[in-house]
Amino acid sequence: MADFLLNLLLSFDATLRVATPLVFCAMAGLFSERSGIIDISLEGKMLAAAFAAASTAAVTGSAWLALGAGISVSVVLALLHGFACITHRGDQVVSGVAINILVSGLTVVLGIAWFARGGQTPSVGADARFTPIKLPGAEALADVPVVGALYSELLSGHNLLVYVAFAMVPLTWWVVHRTRFGLRLRAVGENPGAVDTAGISVAFLRYRAVLCAGVLCGFAGTYLSIAQNASFVREMTAGQGYIALAALIFGKWRPVPAMLACLMFGFLDAVAIRLQGVVVPVIGPMPVQLIQALPYVLTVVLLAGFIGRAVAPKAIGVPYVKER
Amino acid sequence: MSAPAGRIPRWVDVALIPLVNIALAFLVSGVILWFIDVDPLLAVEIILYGAFGYDVAIGYTLYYTTNFVFTGLAVAVAFHAGLFNIGGEGQAYIGGLGVGLGILAMDPYLPFIVILPLSILFSAAFGAAWAAIPAYLQAYRGSHIVITTIMFNFIAAALMVYLMVNVLIEPGSMSPESREFAPNGHLPFMHEMLGWFGLAMTPSPLNLSVVWAVVCCFLVWAFIWHTRWGYEIRTVGANETAAVYAGIDPRKVTMLAMCLSGALAGFVGINEVMGVHHRLLLNFTAGYGFTGIAVALMGRNHPFGIVLASLLFGMLYQGGAELAFEEPKVTREMVVTIQGLVILFSGALAYMMKGPIERAYLRLAGANRRLLGQEG
Repeated sequence: MADFLLNLLLSFDATLRVATPLVFCAMAGLFSERSGIIDISLEGKMLAAAFAAASTAAVTGSAWLALGAGISVSVVLALLHGFACITHRGDQVVSGVAINILVSGLTVVLGIAWFARGGQTPSVGADARFTPIKLPGAEALADVPVVGALYSELLSGHNLLVYVAFAMVPLTWWVVHRTRFGLRLRAVGENPGAVDTAGISVAFLRYRAVLCAGVLCGFAGTYLSIAQNASFVREMTAGQGYIALAALIFGKWRPVPAMLACLMFGFLDAVAIRLQGVVVPVIGPMPVQLIQALPYVLTVVLLAGFIGRAVAPKAIGVPYVKER
Repeated sequence: MSAPAGRIPRWVDVALIPLVNIALAFLVSGVILWFIDVDPLLAVEIILYGAFGYDVAIGYTLYYTTNFVFTGLAVAVAFHAGLFNIGGEGQAYIGGLGVGLGILAMDPYLPFIVILPLSILFSAAFGAAWAAIPAYLQAYRGSHIVITTIMFNFIAAALMVYLMVNVLIEPGSMSPESREFAPNGHLPFMHEMLGWFGLAMTPSPLNLSVVWAVVCCFLVWAFIWHTRWGYEIRTVGANETAAVYAGIDPRKVTMLAMCLSGALAGFVGINEVMGVHHRLLLNFTAGYGFTGIAVALMGRNHPFGIVLASLLFGMLYQGGAELAFEEPKVTREMVVTIQGLVILFSGALAYMMKGPIERAYLRLAGANRRLLGQEG
């Protein structure tokens, strides 16, 4: 029993680490999509940020400069997305696909040209990374039953970006649901015409929304390459941007439910490895692929309206044409 | 903002603006090459020679082109109904699974001439089935087709890994591949067919499916522009409300267009599984489904344009491989980058150049007319 509990605790611990980029990306998508801009390009922005951060860390040896580089590159891509979708009223999905494909090629091209390691960046040492932080009192409390284990194993010992990710959730909630900017952001995603009539610029609001998305995806990418790992590997996002998108839909475009969905998908990922080869009654050996596909299947089922109903912001995907 | 319609001739819209967009994409690609210290003009030379310089190169180029015609047509048919089918990759994967399962079951018993049409049928049916679920959910349950088709790509990938690793793997084999098909389950290679007529060609993966790709272009063209169903598809794509008033059921049209789209994507399986690998394996779609998006956007959703765009991408894939071989600084991913830029400029930023070009045209045309007026 104690063994099982320890395993469970370790799984939860892994869940937090796996869910961190998902949480960043889901919050990024939330800003963008709540303003009416579909964001398929979470994946591409995260990948570009991961590459920029790892390259910067390898060259300068500074984790903070790397974070800045990751965020900058992601923001540039977000602005490109905005330029295509808001200024030129291009198709938002097409623009997102373009960014994803562009980044998946360009990171490898530049990686090989700069570092000549088959698309990988050089591994960086601990001082150029975000390394685990021991929360105060973690060691002192470690021997206290239950609480101690929870605190020292589960909550303590993560790197800074993990805490930032989970702090982003209440922050996002507060910005979107409690500020004037957030109210307008939600309004522009539901009825841009009304916002425009009130004398507020739809384009400027939406640009600010994609900018927020860019910054958050920058955090996610930086986390992947220099916090969770020590270098950039080609295609290292491996569809996590899409999982985050799925989590966002699963959370019905609301911060806390989206975070819970990220944690659930992260948990599925964390236990998938542990369940490999486990024999389940009736089914037989547990197919790991089933667990890996579960986030996608669940999202489709949810979208189909069989478990609750996910209603997207009304004006999502529709370019706003100002009457003249 | 845009100039009044009618005064702009069709060729500006159909040829000039797309060409300018593609030129911009290639210009940026050139800048990237220059940025990594590769001479862009030399790169173009290597790509052109690598794609068309000798017979194996042409074979490879056309083999890639075949895949892009299928996936490009798939995306285009859905586009005509106003749907964005991003799931070509998954549909091609499952289409290939259909071909593979069919041939594995049939090749001990049936001759090639029976296997071929049945395989085409299987690839179409499997591809269409994989597209039908998102189509149904879009039409009858209102879930967004872009999201569901993305999810179905991942589900297809997971399903294939499961099937290949646990079910279809050849017993005793290390890699997750099925047994090789018997020779009556192989599509003949082009060099073999030319050999029957006494013509010599160095072996390349080009096979009979390139002919089927051409046939599909004609069939899609005839279907979209010369049948009632094609008319219904285009009507729903142009204006769904008007379509409803005209007595067209958009839900049925969605199903029809997506199934057709999935079937076309599934034909990639004919080229790859039946034509080249002769066995089921993992990842044979290699991103062709996503390239189909670029192809369809570039070819303006018309079969003729799609053939041209597919040739261009076939050239880039084959010539790009050659370039990666010649220039150690360049990798095949350069082609992926170009593909992204093409989607960006001909898709997302399609309207960026429209205004300036139309205004420039009107100014030039106006100046011409005044000039002619003065002379006359």
